[in-house]
Amino acid sequence: MSGKMTPGRFLRENAVIIIFIIITLAAIQPSGLSLTYIVQELLTRLGRNSFLVLALLIPIYAGMGLNFGMTLGAMAGQIGLIFAINYNITGVNGLLFAVLASMPLAILMGYICGVVLNNAKGREMVTGFILAFFMDGIYQFFVLYTLGYAVPMKNPAIVLSRGYGIRNTLNLDIVRQSLDTWWMLKIGPFSLPMASYLVIVVLCLFIVWFKKTKMGQDMRAVGHDMAVANSSGIPVNRTRIIAIIISTVFACIGQVIFLQNMGNMATYGAHTQTAFFAVAAILVGGASVKKASLANVFVGVVLLHALFVVTPNAGQKVFGQAMIGEYFRQFIGYGVIALSLVLYAWRSRKEAERQREGLRGGTAAAAQGGAK
Amino acid sequence: MRSFKQIVTDFGWPRIIIFLFLVLLFLMPPFAKVTGIERLAGVASISIPASFSDVFNRFGQNAVFVLALVPMIQSGCGLNFGLSLGILSGLLGATLSMQFNLHGAAGFFGGLVLASPFAVLFGGAYGMLLNKVKGEEMTIAMYVGFASVFFMSIMWLLLPYTHPDMVWGFAGKGLRTTISVENYWIHILNNFLAIPGGDVTLSPMGVKTYEFLFPTGELLFVALTAFLMWLFMRTKTGTAMTAVGSNPDYARAGGISVDKMRLVSVIISTFLGAAGILVYEQSFGFIQLYTAPLAMPFSAIAAILIGGASVNKASMVNVLIGTFLFQGLLTMAPSVINSTINSDLSEVVRIIVSQGIIIYALTRKTKVTK
Repeated sequence: MSGKMTPGRFLRENAVIIIFIIITLAAIQPSGLSLTYIVQELLTRLGRNSFLVLALLIPIYAGMGLNFGMTLGAMAGQIGLIFAINYNITGVNGLLFAVLASMPLAILMGYICGVVLNNAKGREMVTGFILAFFMDGIYQFFVLYTLGYAVPMKNPAIVLSRGYGIRNTLNLDIVRQSLDTWWMLKIGPFSLPMASYLVIVVLCLFIVWFKKTKMGQDMRAVGHDMAVANSSGIPVNRTRIIAIIISTVFACIGQVIFLQNMGNMATYGAHTQTAFFAVAAILVGGASVKKASLANVFVGVVLLHALFVVTPNAGQKVFGQAMIGEYFRQFIGYGVIALSLVLYAWRSRKEAERQREGLRGGTAAAAQGGAK
Repeated sequence: MRSFKQIVTDFGWPRIIIFLFLVLLFLMPPFAKVTGIERLAGVASISIPASFSDVFNRFGQNAVFVLALVPMIQSGCGLNFGLSLGILSGLLGATLSMQFNLHGAAGFFGGLVLASPFAVLFGGAYGMLLNKVKGEEMTIAMYVGFASVFFMSIMWLLLPYTHPDMVWGFAGKGLRTTISVENYWIHILNNFLAIPGGDVTLSPMGVKTYEFLFPTGELLFVALTAFLMWLFMRTKTGTAMTAVGSNPDYARAGGISVDKMRLVSVIISTFLGAAGILVYEQSFGFIQLYTAPLAMPFSAIAAILIGGASVNKASMVNVLIGTFLFQGLLTMAPSVINSTINSDLSEVVRIIVSQGIIIYALTRKTKVTK
């Protein structure tokens, strides 16, 4: 961050965030939603989504870009929840059981993801994305064919009528909002899910602490330059795998928190958009592929979800069709990801060119100096 | 003389496994008839002629998409995850052709002509964007593709189409999710010089359906496109394009404009994507709008990779073998698996095979270069 901050440069560097604020502000009026409703929705969604978005931070520090493979962790979390419902473990205990039961699976998934990404250095993001699709196939196979068939299920209510496979929608009533309502703070018209916030704060503190540890410092070094890190004795591949494992485990916990707030789970669809919403949020918050902070996470969640709250209604009011708002949401989400990736790639190329030019200018000057 | 081991390594284990699996699927039906079907009375038996007919048909249906990936792979832009832009231009062409009430061959080729300006426009913009983000093409292409599919979804609702066969009946505006091309240009390529065979069934409407129908016209169209592409890759421009993909610095030193070559490759790819969706629709019988194009690039990419292409090298042989293997697998797997183990595992098999092969290709190149 050197050089003067001119208005032009400020606009360029915060293009995504500015575009977002403008669209949201423009959509609030036609949506016809009250400000109280929007703020309450945002408070709920902060508790619901922040954990998942925070899971993206550590791989960014390790220079692995946005971890689209976090979907793997989400799938592990869902399998944990399926078993919690199966054994009929209610309330916060059910959530704890789900997290603990899926932890080994999440660690395994993270390890697999890390190994695959180590073999695809330089294109981690696209590989992680496809890996999520691939694992979705394995997840479907596991949940749709082996649960109730090879793995006995106790609760017939969650099994398909054919005798094996889990139903399309899983009712999470027994754990529904158990974390949110554990300690609900009422301030005026707003209710704040303090327990969820507390978990998120603990995770933030962990990330701040982790960055200062030896491992955290190694990750930054690996993220900065793998070759330099390697020659200074940091086990590059191992560090990267650990970064992905941590992210996957967080994604697993995050998905459990997300689903307990939703109250039901689309068994074969809930995980498919996890990475998409998380990545869109962190990018909207001003993060880039290489740089992200805690502030980016929260700003992003608020901005993205403010838009998501208002657009369906705005679409309905302006165009008379609710589907337009829905498509617009998706368009904005994918568009934001595309735009920030483009801006980042474009900026880093410009930067490289400027450096090369500087080098050339330098040598030319030196040569002139030598000629004198 | 290369050793057997070398050949196996070059071709790759995943491809060999898929190939053997497909051979197994083709060998299965006779046994499935004996063991499976008799046990499960009521399930239709697998007709081998009908299966072959399906495989040929689906091969032709998808080959142009797969072909569309070649120029961008050769010019170093990687796998075209943004093929949806081509598909969207094709959809615009198809719907416009229908809006103008074009029937038969005029409808199909009219659609192609109407799609071309969009393909050039979208492809041009997309190509210029990809030139700005060298090295990150694939991730960005994917998101640009997704975003445009949803942008066009909004457009399908808002664009002023009026033809009663296309818009929602009650609202009188907004295009339907699926639009039948039955009275327009269905099977216009498939039925051209088609060779029928096997049992004939006569529908109450008097329409004959054959158990086996060799879609000559469709395959001729694919062959022609593939031949033109083969020829193009051997012209001066085509060679320059390959040079850009193999070594951009060397190409630039040789006086080739790297950006221009990449732009040309993206436009050609987008145009072929448009042609691909038209071929697909005339065979499938429906124009699918809204979110339908989202997944299409992935199957095309899986097909070319199964055919032996890598992230930076692809040939006509890769296209043809790959499409045949992948589509063969998709056609045979459901019927064979359903009748032998009575389960709908085929969708899972499709996901695992197609995404697995893409991961394999994405992780492979680094190993080779290191």
